Amino acid sequence: MYVAVKGGERAIENAHAWLAEERRGNTDVAELSIAQIREQLSLAVNRVMAEGSLYDPDLAALAIKQARGDMIEAIFLIRAYRTTLPRFGASEPVDTGIMACDRRISATFKDLPGGQVLGPTFDYTHRLLDFKLAADGDVPKAPSRDAETGTVPHVTEFLNREGLIEEAPHNDTPPPDLTREPLEMPADRALRLQALTRADEGFTLGLAYSTQRGYGRNHAFVGELRIGSVPVEMDIPELGFAVEIGEVTLTECETVNQFTGSKTEPPQFTRGYGLVFGQTERKAISMALVDRALRWEELGEDNVGAPAQDAEFVLYHADNIQATGFLEHIKLPHYVDFQSELELVRKLRREAGAQQVQEAAE
Amino acid sequence: MTPLLSVQGITKRYGAHIGCADVSFDLYPGEVMGIVGESGSGKSTLLNCMAGHLIPDAGQVVFDTRTDGPRDTITMSEPERRMLGRTDWAFVHQHARDGLRMGVSAGGNVGERLMAVGERNYGDIRDKATDWLGRVEIDATRVDDRPTTFSGGMQQRLQIARNLVTGPRLVFMDEPTGGLDVSVQARLLDLLRGLVRDMGLSAIIVTHDLAVVRLLADRLMVMKSGRVVEAGLTDQVLDDPQHAYSQLLVSSVLQV
Amino acid sequence: MTEYNFAYLDEQTKRMIRRAILKGLAIPGYQVPFASREMPMPYGWGTGGVQVSAAVLTPSDTFKVIDQGADDTTNAVSIRTFFQRTAGVATTTATSDATVIQTRHRIPEEPLHEGQILVYQVPIPEPLRFLEPRESETRKMHSLEEYGLMHVKLYEDISRHGHIATSYAYPVKVEGRYVMDPSPIPKFDNAKLGDMAAIQLFGAGREQRIYALPPYTQVVSLDFEDHPFEASKADHLCGMCGANDSYLDELIIDDLGGRMFVCSDTDYCEARQAAGHKGKDAA
Repeated sequence: MYVAVKGGERAIENAHAWLAEERRGNTDVAELSIAQIREQLSLAVNRVMAEGSLYDPDLAALAIKQARGDMIEAIFLIRAYRTTLPRFGASEPVDTGIMACDRRISATFKDLPGGQVLGPTFDYTHRLLDFKLAADGDVPKAPSRDAETGTVPHVTEFLNREGLIEEAPHNDTPPPDLTREPLEMPADRALRLQALTRADEGFTLGLAYSTQRGYGRNHAFVGELRIGSVPVEMDIPELGFAVEIGEVTLTECETVNQFTGSKTEPPQFTRGYGLVFGQTERKAISMALVDRALRWEELGEDNVGAPAQDAEFVLYHADNIQATGFLEHIKLPHYVDFQSELELVRKLRREAGAQQVQEAAE
Repeated sequence: MTPLLSVQGITKRYGAHIGCADVSFDLYPGEVMGIVGESGSGKSTLLNCMAGHLIPDAGQVVFDTRTDGPRDTITMSEPERRMLGRTDWAFVHQHARDGLRMGVSAGGNVGERLMAVGERNYGDIRDKATDWLGRVEIDATRVDDRPTTFSGGMQQRLQIARNLVTGPRLVFMDEPTGGLDVSVQARLLDLLRGLVRDMGLSAIIVTHDLAVVRLLADRLMVMKSGRVVEAGLTDQVLDDPQHAYSQLLVSSVLQV
Repeated sequence: MTEYNFAYLDEQTKRMIRRAILKGLAIPGYQVPFASREMPMPYGWGTGGVQVSAAVLTPSDTFKVIDQGADDTTNAVSIRTFFQRTAGVATTTATSDATVIQTRHRIPEEPLHEGQILVYQVPIPEPLRFLEPRESETRKMHSLEEYGLMHVKLYEDISRHGHIATSYAYPVKVEGRYVMDPSPIPKFDNAKLGDMAAIQLFGAGREQRIYALPPYTQVVSLDFEDHPFEASKADHLCGMCGANDSYLDELIIDDLGGRMFVCSDTDYCEARQAAGHKGKDAA
C-alpha cells in the first residue's frame, strides 16, 4: 500500500532550524559581531552594498553573517530588503571631482595635478600567506600626512581641453530607474550603466576580460581610477535648496580607449566609465571596459559579434540575483513536466520500435 | 500598362557619402532588370532601399499591389511591408546563410513562407516543399536534412525554392551567383533562367558579373558612384556601351 | 511581520501591478512589461505569481497554492506561509473554496467558477524565445503577428518524430491574435485554458512580464489540420481514487522499479477518496 508524501511544512521548519545551527557553527568559537564583519571584511561588505544597490555597511554586514558568507545570498537579502523601503526622493548627482580620495591613480600620465595616490591597495603586495595574521597581533600604525583639500581634476578633462577625447556633454535628463521600470531594449547608456553598476562582479570581470582577449577589443587604458568619499546632497522641497545628508564611498574608473575617426570627425580617444559603491576597483574597471564595448553602435564601430557588444545579452544576464534564482529553480519539483516528457518519449520509442519490427519483417 | 514597380528619385546618403542618388526606373510585369557596377557603386544600397531593408532619404518605390493597385512601399506601414515581403516579394541573398534558417530542415525552410501566410496542413506543406526541392534540382530524400549538410550551390538553390514557393511577383536578387564555383554558377543561372521564364517572374538582379545579366536580364542599368550612368536593353548596352565607364566595364571582362 | 504592508508589497507597487494586470486583461495574451520587484524568494521560484497574488489579494480572500498540482509540496507550502504571515488571509486546499489560487505547472481538475482568480507562475513568458533569443525581435514578431516561425518548429517536430514533440508549455493562440505561453503546464491542461469561467493571470517576475486571459476567452492550441492537438496523459487510472480523467504522476514505489499512478491534483484525489472512490493501490 502506498502512502503519499506529506509534511512539506515540517520539513521546511526543521531545515531552517538546522541551517541556523550550522550558521552559528561550533559554539566554543566566539560569535562574529556585525561590527567585526563591517570593519574587518569591508571589501565583502562593499561588494554586497554595490550589487545589492543599497549603501548601508551595517545591513550589508548583517546580510553576510546571515548568509554564512555566501555573497550572492547576502546580496539577495539586501535587494529583498531594499524593495520594501519607502522612497523619499532622489539625491542630486554626486560630484566625483570633489571626492576626498583615498586612492587615485592614472595609467596614462606619470604625474598630474593632484598626484598619484596608491592608497590601501593589494597592488604590489606579494601574495604570500601572512601567518602573523593567524595569530593575534596589533597592526603598526600606517604613516600619514594631512589630507589634501579642494577638487581633484579628472584626467579626461586634460584630454578634453585639447579635443583629444570625445566630448561627454552634460545632460540633465533624469536617468530611467531600473528598479522601478521594466528593463526594455534598446537600453540607453544611462540605463546600461545602472545595470552594470549592480551587475555580478564575476560576470562583468569575465566580459571585460573577453574584450581584452579580442572579443570586441577596444584597447583600454585606465585614464584614472579614484576611490574616496563624496558628499550626497538632496533637494529638500520645504527648504528650496539642497543639503548634505551624508557621505558615500565610491570607486570611479574612467578609461581612455582606442580612437575613432571618420570623414567628418578627426581621430580622438573614446571613453568607458565605471562607478560603483564602496572600494570595488576590480568591478569599476570591468564596468568601464564593458560600457565601452557596448557603445559600438553610437561610435560607428563594427559589431564583431562579441558577447560584450551585445546589450541584450549583457544586461539580461548580468544580474546575479535573477541568474541564481532561475538557475536554482531547477531544484524545485518538475514532476508534472517530466511526466509529460516521459509519456512522449515512451510513445515515440514505441512507434520507433514498431517500425523497426515491421522493417525487419519486410 | 501599369508598371509592376515604379522607382522614382531614390536617394540614400551615409553622412556626407552618397549611397545612391536620384535613381528612377519602371519595371513591367515579366521583365528582368539587371543592375551592374563595381563594388561601392551603390547598387546594393539601391536594392536594399527598394526591398524595404533600408529607408531612403528621398524617393518613392511604388508597387502595383494585388488588392489596392499602385502603393508607395516606403510610406506603407511596417506590417503591410512585411506582408508584402512574404507574399508578393522575394529576396535572394548573396550568401545563402543570410536567407536560410541553418538549423531548420530543407522542408521547414521552404515551408516557412507557406506557414507564414496561414497554411496549416502539414501534408500539403510538405508536398509543396518536396515539389519545390525537385524544381530546384534537390533530391526529395533531402527534405528532412538541414542546409548545413548541403553544398554551397544546393544551399543557394534551396534559398531560391524557399523564396519562390509562395509564387511571388517580384524577386530581388543580390549577387545570386556570388561566391560559387564557375561550374556551379552556370547550373544555377540555367535554373534561374528556366524559373523566371516558366513563372513569368519579374526580377531585379544586382551583380558585378556581366555574364549573369547577359543571360537573365532584359534591361540593364550601369551604376557608378551612386548614380545611373547608362541604361537600356541588355544586348544594346553590353554590345555598344555609350558611357566611358560602361565601356571600361564591358572591356574589362572576357566576352561571353 | 507587522512591519510589512498587507501582502508584503507597498500600495504604490501594487497599483503599478494592477495597472499591468488590467492592461493584460484588456489585451488577452499580450505580454505587459512591469517593473518586477525583488521579492524575498528567489527569481524563478514564483516571484511573478507572488507579485500578482499580492496585487489581487484582499483581506477577505481565501488563498490556495499548488505546485505540480499538490498543496503540500515544499514551494507551495512556502508561498502559502508567506501570505499567511504577510496578509493574514484564510487559506484552503479545497479548490472550490478558494477565491485566489496560485499555481505552478497545473490547472486544477475541478472546473473553476466565476469570481475565482487563477494565478500562474511563469518562468519564460515568451513562446518564441527558444526560436529567437532577442527580446527586441520577438516583441516585433508579436506586434506584426509574424508567427510563421512558431509553426516551423512544430513542422520540424513532426518531420523528425512523427508528432509535435512539445508536451508542456504548449503554445496557444489567444482570440486569434497573440501567441501565448501557457506556462509549463502539461498539454493535458491546455484544454482547460479556453472558455474558463475564472480570471487567469500570468506573472513572470524575473522576465518582468504579466499577461492575462479574461473569463471565457478563446484559446486554441497551435497545431496542423492533419496533426491536430491532442491532450494526453498517462493511460492509467489513479491508483488511489480510480479517476480516469485526471492528470497522473508516476511514482516509483520499490527498488525493482515497480510503479503506480496517482492524481497530481491532490485536492481532487482526496475529495474523490472521501466520496468513497477507491483505486487499486488504495488501502
